[in-house]
Amino acid sequence: MAQLRRPVEHGVPDPRPHLHPLLARNYGQWKWHDRLRPGVLHHVAASGEAVWTVRAGTQRQMDVGTIRALCDIADAHADGHLRFTTRNNVEFMVDAEAKVAPLIARLEAEGYPVGGTGNSVSMISHTQGWLHCDIPATDASGVVKSLMDVLHAEFVQEEMPNKVKITTSCCQINCGGQGDIAINVQHTKPPVINHDLVAKMCERPAVVARCPVAAIRPAVVNGKPSLEIDERKCVCCGGCFPPCPPMQINDPEHSKLAIWVGGKHSSTRSRPTLHKLVAAGLPNNPPRWPEVTEIVVKVLAAYKEGGRPWERLSEWVGRIGWPRFFELTEMPFTKYHVDNWRGARASLNASAQLYF
Amino acid sequence: MSKEMPQTPLLDQLESGPWPSFVAGLKRLAAAEDKQHAPMMKDLLGQLERSYQTRRGYWKGGVVGVIGYGAGVIPRFSEIAEEFPASSEFHTLRIIPPPATHYKTDLLRRLCDIWEQYGSGLIALHGQTGDIMLQGCSSDNVQPCFDAVNEELGLDLGGAGAGVRTSVTCVGAARCEHSCYDEAKATRIVVNAFLDEVHRPSLPYKFKFKFSGCPNDCANAVHRSDFAVFGTWRDDIQVDQDKVKDYVAERGRKGMIDQVISMCPTRALSLNDDDTLEIDNKSCVRCMHCINSMTKALAPGRERGVTVLVGGKRTLKIGDLMGSVVVPFMKMETDEDYEALKDLAARVIDFFAENALEHERIGEMIERIGLVPFLEGLGIDPDPNMVIHPRTNSYVRTDDWDDEVAKWRARQAAKATARAPQAAD
Repeated sequence: MAQLRRPVEHGVPDPRPHLHPLLARNYGQWKWHDRLRPGVLHHVAASGEAVWTVRAGTQRQMDVGTIRALCDIADAHADGHLRFTTRNNVEFMVDAEAKVAPLIARLEAEGYPVGGTGNSVSMISHTQGWLHCDIPATDASGVVKSLMDVLHAEFVQEEMPNKVKITTSCCQINCGGQGDIAINVQHTKPPVINHDLVAKMCERPAVVARCPVAAIRPAVVNGKPSLEIDERKCVCCGGCFPPCPPMQINDPEHSKLAIWVGGKHSSTRSRPTLHKLVAAGLPNNPPRWPEVTEIVVKVLAAYKEGGRPWERLSEWVGRIGWPRFFELTEMPFTKYHVDNWRGARASLNASAQLYF
Repeated sequence: MSKEMPQTPLLDQLESGPWPSFVAGLKRLAAAEDKQHAPMMKDLLGQLERSYQTRRGYWKGGVVGVIGYGAGVIPRFSEIAEEFPASSEFHTLRIIPPPATHYKTDLLRRLCDIWEQYGSGLIALHGQTGDIMLQGCSSDNVQPCFDAVNEELGLDLGGAGAGVRTSVTCVGAARCEHSCYDEAKATRIVVNAFLDEVHRPSLPYKFKFKFSGCPNDCANAVHRSDFAVFGTWRDDIQVDQDKVKDYVAERGRKGMIDQVISMCPTRALSLNDDDTLEIDNKSCVRCMHCINSMTKALAPGRERGVTVLVGGKRTLKIGDLMGSVVVPFMKMETDEDYEALKDLAARVIDFFAENALEHERIGEMIERIGLVPFLEGLGIDPDPNMVIHPRTNSYVRTDDWDDEVAKWRARQAAKATARAPQAAD
């Protein structure tokens, strides 16, 4: 009766058995670090012991063969330990500088780019997309693969003014998160309702409550209980789709991609910021999404050229101003860039300070 | 006769290029004819190629779980199962990793063995929730797969739905000199206190904890967690002036001024004529910039603890919110300090459970009711560190102003006594 087995509620496991012995010995006792080259961190502890970390990019969605290959590398070079960063990079820790070069050579030979540290463009934080999500308007892994192929050079070197965090999201909920650059789906038409299915599949009051602009109300359509949308009020957020799939928001033509810039989570120098819309209406164009890549590359080039050391993308724009940003990146500024959501007045320029 | 590999001309284009290809991995799993997952992954590739052709997703949710838990499995059923029957059920098991996702290879290898036996062979390290994502399991295999992971590996299912979620923890004390508390310990003490809410969700909506060791926030806590814990310090930045001089010698005065001194957000830094650093610690906001830029010379102070921000979340439904300060400083040294953090979390979750509307995040609840009622519910006193600036609108009733002033004075007096016990003698 294995079927009736009760789970053991382990919760969050103890990390100590998994720490590289050097990290375990010097836990909480690190003194300083520097970076010997892109992809290599060097940390020194109060004990005088040092650890070298080699960071490499992965595809995040990994087959067991890839994971075993990474384990083989860890066993051969890094005492059988490895870890992953919040941006899906893999890290190997070694206890001698002489072990760094062979490890890098092995990683590169097996196709894992070494980098992602310091002032680089790190791996893109992303979502599940068509591979696994139930509400995606686009893919995640494919967009990321396409972008990282183009940004590979910026991953393996540290030539940006500061670190660059890019994210992608397959719907407007934005599970990919805030980023210096965020590539997010932007729905452009209200949902098309399949009235035959609403009564069967949806808890109507919950759907009504989910709408951020109160544009949905109960209705009877063709004699069946359903929902209707005030299409003038609808902001096409897609929030009604997860609780009610008959509110079909995804559309091969009208689900577009938008690009946002200037999100930053650290409290370093400036306070954390949210990313801002800079481009919309980009076609959802698999398998390589070239129109998205073109704009991302353009934004990165302008930032790389003009950003001063340590300036994150939001801080760079904060200095040069949005007029200059749109000029440098040759992107149009439209009425849709002017916020009209709650708190929007705080984003208006209530001053006589202007950029010319 | 084995199933044929599907034609995937669009996905094939994602095999080239210098970045590791997820498509190549999917194909390896599909081509492993001696493994049970080969047919499933062939149909998965077929369905994914269809999505690339039509620009539509074909998964729908449902109800799949394991005995004893109400969350942790993300059910996925194909809407075009008749065409791709072998991957018609492609559920995800969310597995809680060790904090900061350190692994002995032995654990990952055993996980791969189990997953190869029961699932698709596809694993995301890691999902945006912070979990190990075992992606692609049939309904029948979910329970035996979980049993193996739970019993043989000592790992547990993560959160999903309207409950406490799996956490994210920065690398912290394990390998970072900026760490201001034991992030992994805090993660385990706090999250493991709410396993009932992780496994049997019964909150108004999801609730996420994230733990960053310093204000650099490598765990993305401010944007992505309802309860964000940041390491910080209350005394002065530790300075090694000889090392400061080394940096000045290396970078030059201009480099030092442009890249360190002038970038201090509160103008708390000054370069002395002898190339040492003067810090106005009372004006320092603990932003980390000078410490980041001179790791050998500067370090956080010795009186360390945490700042707690509440209310961060992503876009759905009222727009993005960042967490805001609810507890400016809690000492985090003794076991009792960590227990106090857990107790604070319990009070926050209780208040959330009692007062949030259905499907309302705690940040949205605070937006609706205001920060002060939330603080009063928790018994936390208002503090100027909770605001960017005081109220600007004069439309406010101040009926018991004198009482509130008296409370503030009493708190200030108590603090002064606590900080300077000798002075009272």
